[in-house]
Amino acid sequence: MATDQAASRLSSPAWERKFRALLPALSLIIVLLAIAWLNPRAISYFGFNLMLNLAVPIALATLAQMFVIVGNDLDLSIGTFVGFICCVTATWLHDTPLLGIAVIVLSIVFYALLGVLIHVRNLPSIVVTLGMGFVWQGLAILILPKPGGKAPEWIAAIVGFKPPWIPFPILAAIVIAAIAHFGLMKTSYGAILRGTGGNAVAIGRAGWSLLKAKAILFGLAGFFGVLSGITLVGITTSADANIGNGYTLLSIAGVILGGGEFVGGQVSPIGAVIGALTLALAASPLLTFMHIPPDWQVAANGIILIIVLAARLVIGRRRTA
Amino acid sequence: MIISRLIQRPWIWSFVGSLGVWLAAIIFTHGQGAGGMITAALSLAVFMVIVGVGQMFVITLGPGNVDLSLPANIGLASAVAMKLMGGDDSYVLLGLAGAMGSGFVIGSANYLLIRALRIPPIIATLSASFIIHSIDISYGRGLQIKPPPGFADFTNIELAGIPLIALLAILFTIVAAIALNRTAYGRSVLAIGQNPRAAWLAGIRVQPIMFATYALSGVLGGLDGAVLAGYFRGANIDIGNEYLLASIAVVVIGGTSVSGGKANLPGIWGGALFLVLLLTMLNTFGVGAGLRLVLTGLIIVGIITIAGNLDRKS
Repeated sequence: MATDQAASRLSSPAWERKFRALLPALSLIIVLLAIAWLNPRAISYFGFNLMLNLAVPIALATLAQMFVIVGNDLDLSIGTFVGFICCVTATWLHDTPLLGIAVIVLSIVFYALLGVLIHVRNLPSIVVTLGMGFVWQGLAILILPKPGGKAPEWIAAIVGFKPPWIPFPILAAIVIAAIAHFGLMKTSYGAILRGTGGNAVAIGRAGWSLLKAKAILFGLAGFFGVLSGITLVGITTSADANIGNGYTLLSIAGVILGGGEFVGGQVSPIGAVIGALTLALAASPLLTFMHIPPDWQVAANGIILIIVLAARLVIGRRRTA
Repeated sequence: MIISRLIQRPWIWSFVGSLGVWLAAIIFTHGQGAGGMITAALSLAVFMVIVGVGQMFVITLGPGNVDLSLPANIGLASAVAMKLMGGDDSYVLLGLAGAMGSGFVIGSANYLLIRALRIPPIIATLSASFIIHSIDISYGRGLQIKPPPGFADFTNIELAGIPLIALLAILFTIVAAIALNRTAYGRSVLAIGQNPRAAWLAGIRVQPIMFATYALSGVLGGLDGAVLAGYFRGANIDIGNEYLLASIAVVVIGGTSVSGGKANLPGIWGGALFLVLLLTMLNTFGVGAGLRLVLTGLIIVGIITIAGNLDRKS
C-alpha cells in the first residue's frame, strides 16, 4: 500500500518536474566534485573565472537552440550563425557601429522569417537549417576571409567585468537563466509557445496564431544566437569564420542534458543553462585535470556526454516504466 | 499523362535540379567538358549514395533517428582498410571485410547506446563519433599506406564514360530498393517509422529491426571509407567529414520524409548528383569559397521549399 502511494507520488506531474529540474543540477555537482577532487585549487574565484570562460556564450547558444526545440524543431545552423555574428561584431560593429547594428537586427528578422517559411510551407526544420548552416558559414567567410578583426571595447569591458565574490560567468548564467525562465515558464504567452510544441492543433483551435508563435520562437533563437556571438567575440577579442561550428552540437546536448525533450514542448531554461555549464566544465577543465592525453580528449568528451545522459535517462525512465 | 505522373514523384525534383545545374555549368563552358563533368559527378555521387542509403534506412525509422557517426566511421574504416590491405592486391577483400567489420561494430555500439542507455540517437551517435575519432587519431597516426594499385585502378575504371563503381552502386541501389519495398525487413522499417507502437502491436520485432538498421548504416559507412581511400589514394582522418551533412541532405532532397515512414531510393541518386553537380557548377563559375557556401545553402533551402510542398500535396 505504502509503496503504491510512493509510486504514484513519484509519477505525479509535480514530482516529475522536480526530478527533471534536479537531474541537470546533479550532473553539474558531480562534474564539480570531480574537479574539486582532482584539483582543489580550481574551486576558487579565479579558478571559476578561467574554467567557465566560454560558458556564457555556450549557455546563450543553448538557450537559442532551446527556443527552437520548444516548437518541435531543431536548428542545425546555430553554430555557424554564432560564427557569423562573431565576424560581424569583430568587423562592422567595431568599425561602423550603425552598419553592424543594422546587419545584426536584420539577421534576427531573417531568423524569424525562417520560422515563417518553415511553418507556412510545412518544411522539415532540420533540412532548412542544414542549408542555412552553409549560408551563415559562407557569409562569415565573405566578411572575414582570414581570422582577425577586433571586438568593440564596450563588449570586452562587459565580458571582463569582475564583480565581487561571485565570478562573472556564474552571475551572468544566473541572470540569463532567470530571464529565460520567467519569459518561457512564468508568462501566459510563454505557456502558449510551449503549447505549440505540445499540441499545436489545440493551440490553433484556441485562436492563437501558430505562425506568429513560430516566428517568435525562431526570432528568439536568432536573438540569443546574436548574444552568444557577441559575448564570444568579447572573450576571444578577435573572430574566425569557424569559431562557432562546435556550438550546434553543444547546444543540442545542453538542452537535452538540461532535461529537455526533442518533442512535446518540454524544456527547462534553467536546466538548459546548467546543462551548458556542465558541458563547458566537462569539455576541457575536467579533462586537463585528469591528464588525458590530447589524442583521447575528444573521446573523453564523448564518454562524459554518454555517462551524464545515461544517468539522466536511466532515472528519468523509471517514472514512465 | 506520363509527365503528370512523374511530377507527382517526390524524387523527380532532385533530377530536374541536377539537370538544371549541369546545363548551367555547360552553358558557361560552351559545352566543353560536358561529358567529363558527368563522369566525375557519377564517381563522387557514389560515395554519397552508399552512405545516403544507410542514412535513409535510419531516418525512415522515425523522428529523431539519425546516424551522426558516419564521418568518423568513414575515417576509421579508411585507415583500417589501408592497413589490412597493406598496399598488396591479394589482401583487398580482407581490407574491405575489415572496413565493413569496423563499421558493423560502430553501428552495433550506436544501437546499444540508444537502446541500453536510452540516449536520443542524435546525441548517442554524436558521442560515439567523438570516441571513434579519438581511436582513429591514435590508430591512423602517420599512416602513409597507399591503396593496392589494382584496387585504386578498380575504383577509377570507366566503361563508355560511366565509372564502374557507379554501375555497381546503381545495382546496389536496386537491391536496396527491393529490400525496402519487397522484403519483410524493409516493410518493417517503414512500419516502425509510421508508428512504432502500431508496428509492435502488429507483431513486428521492433528492436531487432532497429539494431539491423543501425548496423547496416555502420557497415555501409565502413564500405564507403574503404572505397574512398582507394579512389583518393590513401586513408585520411578527415576523409569522411563532408558526408555528415551530405548523407542527410541527399536523403531529404531525394524526397524521403524526415519524420520517418516514407523512404525514397531513386531520390538518393538525384540528391547526390544534384549536390555534386551544384558544387561542380559553382567551381566552373569560379566563385570563391564563401559565396559557394552561401549559394549551396540557398539552393538547398530553395529546392526543399519547392519540392517539400509538392510532396505534401500528393
